[in-house]
Amino acid sequence: MLGFIVRRAMQSAVAIIGLLVLVFVLTRLTGDPAALFLPLDSSLEARQEFNRLNGFDRPIYLQFLTYLGDLARFEFGMSLRQNRPAMEVALQAFPHTLQLAVIAISLATFFAVVVGSIAAARPGGLFDRVASLVSLAGASAPDFWVAIVGVMIFAVGLDLLPTSGTGGPLYWIMPIGVLVLRPFGLLVQVVRGTMIGVLSTPYVKTARAKGVSPTVIIFKHGLRNAVLPVITVAGDLAASLVNGAVVVETIFGWPGIGKLMIDAIIQRDFAVVQSTILVTACAIFILNIAIDLAYALLDPRIRRQTT
Amino acid sequence: MSEIIITAAPPAPRFAGLRTTWRYLVRDKFALVAVGFLVLLVLAAIFGPMLIGELATRPGLRQRNLAPFSFAHDWTYFLGADTLGRSIIARLLVGAQNTLGIAFAAVVVATLVGGTLGLIAGYTQRLYGAAILRLADIIMSFPSLLLALIVLYLLGPSVTNLVFVLAFTRIPIYLRTTRAEVMELRQRMFVQAAKSMGAGHLRIVLRHIAPLTIPTLVTIAAIDFAAVILAESALSFLGLGIQPPEFTWGAMVATGRGYLQSAWWISFWPGLLIMLTTLSLNIVASWARTAADPQQRWRLQKLQRSPR
Repeated sequence: MLGFIVRRAMQSAVAIIGLLVLVFVLTRLTGDPAALFLPLDSSLEARQEFNRLNGFDRPIYLQFLTYLGDLARFEFGMSLRQNRPAMEVALQAFPHTLQLAVIAISLATFFAVVVGSIAAARPGGLFDRVASLVSLAGASAPDFWVAIVGVMIFAVGLDLLPTSGTGGPLYWIMPIGVLVLRPFGLLVQVVRGTMIGVLSTPYVKTARAKGVSPTVIIFKHGLRNAVLPVITVAGDLAASLVNGAVVVETIFGWPGIGKLMIDAIIQRDFAVVQSTILVTACAIFILNIAIDLAYALLDPRIRRQTT
Repeated sequence: MSEIIITAAPPAPRFAGLRTTWRYLVRDKFALVAVGFLVLLVLAAIFGPMLIGELATRPGLRQRNLAPFSFAHDWTYFLGADTLGRSIIARLLVGAQNTLGIAFAAVVVATLVGGTLGLIAGYTQRLYGAAILRLADIIMSFPSLLLALIVLYLLGPSVTNLVFVLAFTRIPIYLRTTRAEVMELRQRMFVQAAKSMGAGHLRIVLRHIAPLTIPTLVTIAAIDFAAVILAESALSFLGLGIQPPEFTWGAMVATGRGYLQSAWWISFWPGLLIMLTTLSLNIVASWARTAADPQQRWRLQKLQRSPR
């Protein structure tokens, strides 16, 4: 099993290096790096001075070695706007996003498992059809629009919830609600699909013939076997929660890494952009390893095969 | 969004015929409504801007912030007007053309590039076949919006870059599916027959294998369309997609965000259209999966029986 984990970790590491190379190539080969790093209104002399100081006039392979060296020492330069190390800014924002993401994916998985299982118990029934439509709608909804409509109804119209910012529990409701929507919609479909498959297997029919109660069949015989694909998909969705986090944090003024990234992009604070990319990439890297571990631990077939 | 559904590789629809397909469609009321909506939308996006397109950019002082559902003005103001008094209906139609056009272009590029790379990666046993696959893995292991944001930031936002970036993030899906299909097709008897007749690699790939991957690719492209629309809208909403004076539905929602208290309709309608479009596409895709799957098809057939 160790070999399996190491192999997967290597793959993820290759992916991160790939992303870093992509960022490097795009920054150096699309014209003037000074234009990216410095504010738009900087003078020509300042740009040339900047290029010389940072070695952007040297051969490209030397630049790449320096770049890797900086990465290894966690040197990402200073944030232009905040006058602090860019990495510090990114790491400070990260926990805010992590909290949102963990709560959102847990809620989405829990509700999806319950709703999907009940829907799978009677495919084509009323509950199933309603659940299918709701989950499709959840998966199709543009999150930024749902967030705006939410603000319109609950903050502007009914004056129940705050429009944006952080604070007490009330501030959490809308960001989480919007973030849960898409993973929930997609997961319900996955749970339902796998459960229908599991529930039509011979051993479930046997259990039914023995007179085991439907609740036990669904949640014990069925769910235990449907749980693996659900975990994989939930893990993938957790990684793609970053997509939603960018939008949700921007709308609700949440001081997380998504908002930081957008702000840095708009303010052309490149050091911060680069740091946020790396922090996010590392988080996803760790998440992927965790999913593989969970998979290996839960599935006896993988466990035995790889030891 | 529907990455998960797509990686499950839906079987290529091999419908018995147009009439049977139509009968299956009628059996599923949701799918029928969705198809109707999509047909209407495409027609409106093509012909609408020709008819009332110039209203989308013509300011009207008398209609500024006009609330929807009023018959006081022309029918083009039935859904209201924005802060400059421009007709929302006209703007929605022009926005539809831009939104669907960009998404369509991105899907076509992704299908062609992904399909070609998939053919190569599936057919060749050489090292570059594996290299292509690793590249797809790298793209896939990062959230698509994150990648798109980085690339658009570095290259600068423009319609061409937007199409390129949207296509870039979707390529792995087409690549992996085509590759899997080609690897299976490569083993078939007719490929060996062609080989023994003296056909070269290029001829085998282009004449014998490529045509068979087309149904799968088209199915995936249809499902993927919804995801691309959502991605484009999110990028435009964040201000990194299409730039003013051009606009898409996502950009319209962003513009209306500042007027939520005074004029909710400016951002409500375009968002609703995004939602209805992607929902319809997903409903049709889910219907097509059922209709194409012999094990599931009975759900659509069974309803034909007379009621008990």
